[in-house]
Amino acid sequence: MNGCKALVIGGSAGSLEVLLKVLPALDTDLSFPIVIVIHRKHGTDSLLPDLLATRTKLKVKEVEEKEALLAGTIYIAPSDYHLLIEQDHTFSLDYSEKINFSRPAIDATFQTAAEVYGKQLICILLSGSNSDGVNGLKTVKDWGGEAAIQDPDTAQVSYMPHQAMINVEIDHILNADTMGEFINSLS
Amino acid sequence: MDLTVINDTQVDVLLSDLLEYYGYDFTGYSRASLKRRILRLYSLDKMVSFAEFRFKIRNDQVYFKRFVEQITVNVTEMFRDPGFYKTLRDVVLPKLGTYPFIRIWLAGCSTGEEAYSVAIILKELNLLNKSLIYATDLNPTVLEKAASSMISLSQMKQYSENYILSGGTKDFSSYYTANYSLAKFDEELKRKIIFSTHNLVSDHSFNEFQLILCRNVLIYFDRELQQKVLNLFDESLEHLGYLALGTKETIEFTNISKRYKRLVPEKIWRKIV
Repeated sequence: MNGCKALVIGGSAGSLEVLLKVLPALDTDLSFPIVIVIHRKHGTDSLLPDLLATRTKLKVKEVEEKEALLAGTIYIAPSDYHLLIEQDHTFSLDYSEKINFSRPAIDATFQTAAEVYGKQLICILLSGSNSDGVNGLKTVKDWGGEAAIQDPDTAQVSYMPHQAMINVEIDHILNADTMGEFINSLS
Repeated sequence: MDLTVINDTQVDVLLSDLLEYYGYDFTGYSRASLKRRILRLYSLDKMVSFAEFRFKIRNDQVYFKRFVEQITVNVTEMFRDPGFYKTLRDVVLPKLGTYPFIRIWLAGCSTGEEAYSVAIILKELNLLNKSLIYATDLNPTVLEKAASSMISLSQMKQYSENYILSGGTKDFSSYYTANYSLAKFDEELKRKIIFSTHNLVSDHSFNEFQLILCRNVLIYFDRELQQKVLNLFDESLEHLGYLALGTKETIEFTNISKRYKRLVPEKIWRKIV
């Protein structure tokens, strides 16, 4: 992809260990923001950003509502809110009904990001046990962006990336060991 | 959900119709969320064209009501974020208990779950008799539901857990009567709640309060509207009164922040100047 403006990563069960492997491999001068939407239990708020921050020199933070997306920063979706991206490249939060039994729903972030970043967006769907994110990847493709998944064969829980593979034309199939390198190459 | 059936320009058209025909101003709402709500309704109601959708909203009063109810988010819970309610119970309300009379404004009350939660804590602190909760929402339909004091029984297990985590020690089921699939809350709680329409965007301050709760409403507003609404709260709050927002909302970086002191770690601020 030329001129990536944003990378959004979604995952559920089994995706945390992928992130823990990928983050240390990332260059510290990435030219785009990374947004991470992981299903997690409500009430465990500050733990995930802290945990991920120990694995990279890049700035890691939980999203504040109306905050602007900046290159070289890793943003984590807060638990129990949907995370949306606005046309002016800021975040907004939404406490509406769960989607695919999930809040945050990966679909909501993928879809709003697709509308904002179009061809300059890439979204990666990791390991997980439901199909959240699959519709989002479809939207990303509709708007000209690129869809990537963790290889279902190497994913701890293959259902989510596998559903994406069946339903969406996937551009890149990645595994945890080479995902960091792939992300660096987008910069 | 097909995201291409309504574009941003068409959203603008709908918003200006609402303002012109009904006086409802949604132009300061965060656009991504609002657009998703509109698209959701469009597909839910199986609309065939934008023109039909627009015509219905402009010309059908009943449908207009449905539109407003559906594009605003009315998801709510009893004792959501138990830690917040624990602080209300242990710190804020005992302080206000020294006043002869306690006036509380719950802005954006939706179907009333938060209002009944606050009323239960007031009752347990023996403060309910000298308190009045003004619970407002822009949406008449949800207020009707709130005033019926009936909540789906299937939620009660979760709410009971939240209640215990928030420091409640009574038997939660003693506050309601189960009636088929619904739980009806005691009249005693409802007597101290006034449900009324109020639109934060266009209506003014209507009283002075010692506590204003507005949780998970500001997230739907853009920065400018947030500032405007915070000023409205500031005008409506007594000296040493408390303002409570949602866990992801803040008054930091606004022009009222200097006059307030936060009760860390909660999103509660006390007006100190």
